Amino acid sequence: MKSEVKTQPVSRPRGRWLGAFVFLSPGLAYLVVLMLVPLALVFSYTVFQRGRFGGVVYEFTTENFERLFDPLYLSVLLDSLKIAAITTLVALLIGYPTAYLIAQLPKKWKTLALVAIVLPFWTNFIIRVYAWTILLSGPGLVNSALAKVGLGPYELLYNQGTIVAGLLYSYLPLMVLPLYAAIEKLDPQLREASANLGASGFTTFRKVTLPLTVPGVLTGSLFVFVPSFGNFVIPEMLGGNKSIMVGNLIRNQFLSARDWPFGATLSLALIAVLVVLLIVQAWAARRA
Amino acid sequence: MSRTRFTRRLPAAAAAAGLALAVAACGGGSSSSSADQAPAAADQLKPNADLSQQSLQITVWDGYTPKELPQKAMEKLKIKNVQIQLHDTNEVAMTKLTAPGDSGIDVAFVSGQYAQALNEQGLLEPIHHELIPNLANLYPEATQLSYDKGNKYSVPYTWGTTGICYRSDLVKSEPKSWNDLLKPPAWADKKVTMLATERWLALPALKSLGYSINTDKDEELEKAKELLMAQKPHLLRYDDTTFGDRLVSGEAVMAEAWDGWCPTTDPKGNIKFAVPKEGSDLWVDTMVIMKSSKNKEAAHALINYILSPEIHSWAAENINYKVPNKAAMEQVKIAKGSLLGTTPAELLNGEAAIDLGQASTKYTRLQQDVTAS
Repeated sequence: MKSEVKTQPVSRPRGRWLGAFVFLSPGLAYLVVLMLVPLALVFSYTVFQRGRFGGVVYEFTTENFERLFDPLYLSVLLDSLKIAAITTLVALLIGYPTAYLIAQLPKKWKTLALVAIVLPFWTNFIIRVYAWTILLSGPGLVNSALAKVGLGPYELLYNQGTIVAGLLYSYLPLMVLPLYAAIEKLDPQLREASANLGASGFTTFRKVTLPLTVPGVLTGSLFVFVPSFGNFVIPEMLGGNKSIMVGNLIRNQFLSARDWPFGATLSLALIAVLVVLLIVQAWAARRA
Repeated sequence: MSRTRFTRRLPAAAAAAGLALAVAACGGGSSSSSADQAPAAADQLKPNADLSQQSLQITVWDGYTPKELPQKAMEKLKIKNVQIQLHDTNEVAMTKLTAPGDSGIDVAFVSGQYAQALNEQGLLEPIHHELIPNLANLYPEATQLSYDKGNKYSVPYTWGTTGICYRSDLVKSEPKSWNDLLKPPAWADKKVTMLATERWLALPALKSLGYSINTDKDEELEKAKELLMAQKPHLLRYDDTTFGDRLVSGEAVMAEAWDGWCPTTDPKGNIKFAVPKEGSDLWVDTMVIMKSSKNKEAAHALINYILSPEIHSWAAENINYKVPNKAAMEQVKIAKGSLLGTTPAELLNGEAAIDLGQASTKYTRLQQDVTAS
């Protein structure tokens, strides 16, 4: 009896550890080689100098970090934060009711609604964004339709509003899906109990439903915020490059300015902002 | 074909910006060693070498030379074997050419500044003019290009410039000056696009102010910036890639454009191209022979063959770029609406961009100041 108790705890964790290793190793190897190594490379570039014709000269400098605090780059960073924050907020305001309603649908309709949410992902992102330029351009579909009823033409394209609209369109599904998962999981008996105890529909939502779905809200917000913040395709195609975001800035450092070290430093700044957000999200989710 | 040109031109454009030269990035170490092995003096080449003992590896942009070129070169020149490799950008070509060890490439197609960079690294074989009699077919102007006067190490293949691409049916008057773009008249307000890539963003402003496109003077760049900032509210957008579509749809009426990208062959025939009177730039794509080649006689024979009117006119007719070959251009049937009618004198009016080294960061800054404002 006693020996059994002694041997089991020894052998079991070892077997588990081996199993974990076997199952994890492909993914782990992938991550280490294709994520950590490039990331380490990016970090190391931030302290070196730019080569005359691109590339990196391995001489130590802090200049890249000093440039980061140049008002020009700070304003681009703040602008990007603002655009991503507005997008996330609007996505939440639209996404929550949508997810809530889908969760109340009969099973058959639920599936259909979810497929409809995911449907845009079946077409390439660039093509969908490009289609917006056809819709919104001066002589485009929206303006020519408005002209038929005697309105317009309006300048719908190439401003910050269009950037937010484009980001919202692209990433709204990423808000709806985690919210749906959170709301769907909710035990309906909790709401019934709340109603039985005399709470109104709104009080139930505010005191029961909302607090319990906060993790979904946080996940969805993060899913929308992260790709919006670093986006460079939409500012270029829908914003007409007239206002740039941090993603454009980074892209330009590598593709036209040939300033890899500063591009790497900007990337580091972007990652730093996102890591802070992830920590906030994890902390808030634990409290919720 | 237009797609090929599309993918090709942007990187070549970045080259002409003088940003150029991945050399330092890709092969600093290797290039210095090959410079040691390669004294400035040219190899002794035998004019009557047996080409059937030599094989060629060529690296070139996709669709940039006739498909049957290898076959024809093998038949006509009796070269043992001719293989084509493709690169989509100058940078990719440079990576291949500057990698440590023998790249195995004999002939490469790269833009002018890249040829200059390869030569500075000692990687190019000087051109043996006596082996390329067809050099006589080139326009005299094409032998005096600023990055390589006298075609010492490169032979020009195509050339072109930047100007204003416009809708002749939608403009009230034909654009003649960069100021038509920089200060658009009321009928063109918000119907104008500009190239956003650094050196080209600055080009119209610099030229309209009478400065060099290679300036590194802060006060000149400051004045150019003021002009560009004042222009910004009157722009439709900054556009390096879709200005052709914007013109076709009529959203834009004038666009700063690279000549090969201006859709002058649009079937409606109302899109035209003009080089403003203040002048513009000049880009050149060239052929070079690698120092490491062991088949230099065949390489010279091939370049000589490409410079024959029969082959060189193919480029003008099929990729719609001008070629610096007088004999070839005289053979070309100039398509209606095509740009090929521009004379070399008009082209040479253009200033060749040179690499600015550290000063190129000033153009980066200018671009960021203008676009982020």
